[in-house]
Amino acid sequence: MLMKLARLSLWNRKATALMTLLSLTISLVLLLGIDHIRKEARNSFTNTVSGTDLIVGARSGQLNLLLYSVFRIGNATANVSWQTYERIAKHPQIAWTIPLSLGDSHRGYRVLGTNQSYFEHYRYANQQSLQFAEGSPFAGVYDAVLGAEVAKQLGYTLGQEITLAHGIGAVSFSEHKDKPFTITGILAPTGTPVDQTVHVSLEGIEAIHIDWQQGAPMPGRQVSAEQALEMDLTPKAITAFMVGLNSRMATFVVQRQINEFRGEPLSAILPGVALAELWQMLGMVENMLLLITLLVLVAGLIGMMTTLLASMRERQREVAILRAVGANPWYLFWLIQLEVLLLTLMSMFMAAFFLVISLWAIQDTLAASYGLFISITPFSVQTLYWAGAILLATAVLACIPAFAAYRRALTDGLSVRL
Amino acid sequence: MHKGVPVTTKPKIPAIELKDVSFWYKPNSWQLQLPALALDHGQHLFIRGASGSGKTTLLNLLSGITKPNLGELWVQGQPLHQLSAAKRDKLRAAQIGVVFQQLNLIPYLSVLDNVLLRASFAGKPGIALQQRAAALLEALGLDALLWQQPASALSVGQQQRVAIARALLTEPALLIADEPTSALDADNRDAFMRVLLAEADKCGTTVIFVSHDQQLKQYFQYELQMANLAQGVMAC
Repeated sequence: MLMKLARLSLWNRKATALMTLLSLTISLVLLLGIDHIRKEARNSFTNTVSGTDLIVGARSGQLNLLLYSVFRIGNATANVSWQTYERIAKHPQIAWTIPLSLGDSHRGYRVLGTNQSYFEHYRYANQQSLQFAEGSPFAGVYDAVLGAEVAKQLGYTLGQEITLAHGIGAVSFSEHKDKPFTITGILAPTGTPVDQTVHVSLEGIEAIHIDWQQGAPMPGRQVSAEQALEMDLTPKAITAFMVGLNSRMATFVVQRQINEFRGEPLSAILPGVALAELWQMLGMVENMLLLITLLVLVAGLIGMMTTLLASMRERQREVAILRAVGANPWYLFWLIQLEVLLLTLMSMFMAAFFLVISLWAIQDTLAASYGLFISITPFSVQTLYWAGAILLATAVLACIPAFAAYRRALTDGLSVRL
Repeated sequence: MHKGVPVTTKPKIPAIELKDVSFWYKPNSWQLQLPALALDHGQHLFIRGASGSGKTTLLNLLSGITKPNLGELWVQGQPLHQLSAAKRDKLRAAQIGVVFQQLNLIPYLSVLDNVLLRASFAGKPGIALQQRAAALLEALGLDALLWQQPASALSVGQQQRVAIARALLTEPALLIADEPTSALDADNRDAFMRVLLAEADKCGTTVIFVSHDQQLKQYFQYELQMANLAQGVMAC
């Protein structure tokens, strides 16, 4: 009977109940959504690079180096000369290196010049290597391999020709139109910045810049694509390189040796440490967001209690009737608690439903614009803890209107003041 | 012990018995005093009192919502003045029916559920009470078609009759009615009084009827004046 009363009483006040339900649902969607996205973002972040022991670039802060080499955000302050790269790559402790040459773009997507060892040694998430959805790695100078998102967004297929642009803007005024690249491969999605990258060989990068100097075409000197192939395309410099060691034990020794390299000022960073530092910075923002959504939830709950407290006036008659048929004051207390519980549970289910729907809707956009790959199931064991904590908080807050009902039952008795 | 005139020799336990009952909200202020009152099963009492004469207080006292500060109050042999609040609530569910002036029903519950509302508190077997609810509603002239309707769909007269059915569901020793006819017209009022007393007599329930309507006095053997009560005049 208690259940029936709570249910029908809520139904009887469906307008206010619905508004309460809505505000609670919104705050729960916010809370669960933000919590989910921040977890997924963290995963996405820390999954970006794995298996790489060191990243080496021109001397700079480790965040800067990490951002431009791994996340393709920002620019390098200086380059690493090819001689230096070759010398370090020969270090007996170093198993493999992946040279990275950045600075060009294709319709807003970064172009990365590298070599075959990229496809061989690059690892992300749980030591996963890059897989080809279609085609194969570049073989010729003017071959390109696209990340999954680039191919999907721009609708490219194998064999198509693309031109690269100088600089990194979406609209560029200086394009390397004379030397088009042919798409030879498209990578499978990884959920990392790789998906948004156009990969070409280092020689390709060198070729398109062979008649350029200081970031602009040299006047009066035109080298055609064919002519360029005849020339020496060994790069003069690269932006950074990734290093895999024979033994992880050697990490700090090699790092120090690179940092103290006499030839030119270099920085070697541990990607794991740099990622952690980066996440720590973002964590502040993330925690603030979570705090704000928590406060929104609290506001929603307080709103619910206000509505219930206000409804106690019109429910005086109910109280008197229930008292008359033998309900004790605690019955009224539990009736209110049950109503609150019903409302909260309902809004939890609604929130879960809305969240899945909206995550499903924004999944593609997030992946495309932010390289953020989120799953559409926002539920984990932690969600259960959240649910438990929210129910507990609600029950505590619900004591206010529930106790008002209790007191009303105790003091007003059978009198119905109209 | 002051007793009303016995109509039967059978019952040894009075339905309700008060001895030197005093009640006050704050010490040294207004007091309600009831020196003596005893009613046997089936004896009905009319209490005439204007508003402000302590009617609500009396109702809360008789139904066990509040406890007298002094004196004894027995309902169906149970000492209400000694029982805990929870036990008084239980006793009320089983032994005391209440019919208010109006708005007796929870509007969003069906007619039948309004009657059965009592069952869950009385702690009596469900099926038997469901049958009794049906029988009562029928006897009170409420068509079975109405039973599943929400209470708010009924006329005031019908609602008051549903309230009688609920009050008498558990065959209580006592039925307390607080001006239940004030919202009814003359025809409805007389019909209401007849079915109320007839059904109460069937299960031997004592009716305590509070009203300021002098005309209703004719239905009752015993009468009490609220103003007199306060002055300590003995009843019955």
